[in-house]
Amino acid sequence: MKPVLSVSQLTMDFGGLRAIDHIDLEVRAGEIVALIGPNGAGKTTFFNCITGIYTPTGGDMLLAAPGEGGPVRLNGLKPNKVTENGMARTFQNIRLFPNMTVLENVMIGRHCRLHSGIPGAIFRPPANRREEKQIVEDSYRMLEKIGLTGYVNEFAKNLPYGAQRRLEIARALATEPFILLLDEPAAGMNAQETKELDELIVRIREQEKVSILLIEHDMKLVMSLSDRIYVVDYGKRIAEGAPEAIKNDPAVIKAYLGEDIDA
Amino acid sequence: MMTFQEIKKSFLAAIWFMFLTFPIMVIKVNTIEKTIEWHWWRMAAVGLGAFGLSFLWRYLIRRKEAGKRKAEVGGEDKQTLVQRLLSNPRFYLPGLIATAVMVVAFPFVFSLYQTNIMITALIYVVVGLGLNIVVGLAGLLDLGYVAFYAVGAYSYALLNVHFGVSFWMALPIGAALAFLFGILLGFPVLRLRGDYLAIVTLGFGEIIRLVLENWNEFSFGPSGIANIPKPGLFGIDLNLQQSTTFIYFLMIALALMTIFVVRRLQDSRIGRAWIALREDEVACQAMGIDKTRTKLSAFALGATWAGMGGVVFAAKTTFINPTSFTIWESIIILCVVVLGGMGSIVGVIIGAMILILLPEYLRAFSEYRMLIFGVILVLMMVFRPGGIISDVRRTYKFEGLGNKTENKSQ
Ligand SMILES: Nc1ncnc2c1ncn2[C@@H]1O[C@H](COP(=O)(O)OP(=O)(O)O)[C@@H](O)[C@H]1O
Ligand SMILES: [Mg+2]
Repeated sequence: MKPVLSVSQLTMDFGGLRAIDHIDLEVRAGEIVALIGPNGAGKTTFFNCITGIYTPTGGDMLLAAPGEGGPVRLNGLKPNKVTENGMARTFQNIRLFPNMTVLENVMIGRHCRLHSGIPGAIFRPPANRREEKQIVEDSYRMLEKIGLTGYVNEFAKNLPYGAQRRLEIARALATEPFILLLDEPAAGMNAQETKELDELIVRIREQEKVSILLIEHDMKLVMSLSDRIYVVDYGKRIAEGAPEAIKNDPAVIKAYLGEDIDA
Repeated sequence: MMTFQEIKKSFLAAIWFMFLTFPIMVIKVNTIEKTIEWHWWRMAAVGLGAFGLSFLWRYLIRRKEAGKRKAEVGGEDKQTLVQRLLSNPRFYLPGLIATAVMVVAFPFVFSLYQTNIMITALIYVVVGLGLNIVVGLAGLLDLGYVAFYAVGAYSYALLNVHFGVSFWMALPIGAALAFLFGILLGFPVLRLRGDYLAIVTLGFGEIIRLVLENWNEFSFGPSGIANIPKPGLFGIDLNLQQSTTFIYFLMIALALMTIFVVRRLQDSRIGRAWIALREDEVACQAMGIDKTRTKLSAFALGATWAGMGGVVFAAKTTFINPTSFTIWESIIILCVVVLGGMGSIVGVIIGAMILILLPEYLRAFSEYRMLIFGVILVLMMVFRPGGIISDVRRTYKFEGLGNKTENKSQ
């Protein structure tokens, strides 16, 4: 399988602090890969670097749509360009548009795939009307897939926590990515919600044909979902492999000393 | 409730006010006889007044709190009378017709003076709706907005002086120039947000004014430009009364066009992007929205309306100089938007009417005019922080595939 995302020697310094230290990482088409590590290990920073929110100090990041031509170099691209190129993400601390409805949140995700500009908005030619109608329909269909149609006209800020997390996923999927980055999607969810999330992630991999890179602390979820796992600690990659191998890796056990990795 | 606590609070407030106002209210130095007069009775009046008002104040605050709690418990959005009227078709249509009749009859019923004030108010409606795009929708606090108003006014005045360009030519040119300036001034402030943006735009506004004031060869400096022609109507000669009426209807047309365009922009792909940008800049970008383009388009489109307003302003007053474009003007326009209700079109219209008409009709109170004005603003912000019409944005209400309906008009 050819990699859709390949990161090599990524390094990120904040002043004197090296938050990411020469990390290599690869995600192949159709894979679910987990990125784990103790708090402050640099996982979120890794996401911010590859999505263009931070400019990394060093390293290379390549994104390649499955089946199509050559890879795109992500270094120096703005976040919206990264998304346009097919990599979408969610945030650890939910970042929805609180005063927009659930439907509108997803409609924003469609933005980068459409074109109508200022004249179109003012004169509303038929092409523009069609496009607007299409946005609404596509967004609604996306909500159907994620199971949020019950909230379609609610303001995002009024949703229960678990639903907000899922809405972030729906919004990201609306940008038509081929790789989806999830930053602690199960954080704050109860057991039932986590189980549903597990199923949802498996389902969207099949239906939407996306690869998934996820940061997660819930080891049960990570072990059941992932094809491969990367472990980072203090910005360094300390292990990589299949879930079984990771569970028994001495370096990982040492990093997680005191925390229950078998959970 | 008149508990002991309450009385104590009011008593302390009264003492505090007596202390604060002591130097200005009580002591009066008679410079001729070199004596000091003590107006103790004034102190008593201040004390009693503060004592009474503090009860009223706390009563109002309590009522507001109670209202808020009720709204939270009920889960319903609180709607004002105006909003209910606007969303009820039974009142909506007759209301619309009545307004239309009033608008058409206005210049024929009222005096020239009144019509002129109304024209000013309408200019503020247009300019306020433009600023509403920048502040209300895109969430960019722009304190130098008056610069674009100046660009519009000066483009007409200068083009007319040098090249004899007519009003009708100048209107689109002024709008286009303001649009360009919007992009030009937008670029350097793209990275800024909130307070920083406010300060830098304030600086830009002042720079433009200072340039106009000091670059005599270009802008005729502080003496300004006089004898700017009023808009022509197919070369027909109009007397003062007629031409004022004409400008009035022109402004009505411009205001209607502005409302139409702003509404459509609001409900479009671009409008949604503006709102998303206001809500969360990082998430907005991460969802594939080009921050630079979106911000610049908000800045430039907002500026366009200011430019048009400026052209009409120059034509209406027939004389402009830099003192018409001070920071105070920016603040008034911002107040129109904030007081009316950020993001709401009807709100901005009402805000403009109140803010422009109120000081005019308060002229009777001469020097207390600005004081009353200030007090009203403060009270508004305390009791209705969302503005007169707090933003009940039309949202996309989804009722099954294939038909999109929208709730609530504004
Ligand atoms: N913008 C920033 N400026 C300075 N330090 C940062 C910044 N973002 C993250 N860090 C630091 O980088 C380290 C990694 O943080 P983070 O990536 O959030 O960890 P994780 O997501 O693995 O819990 C932490 O020590 C954090 O304090
Ligand atoms: Mg994190």
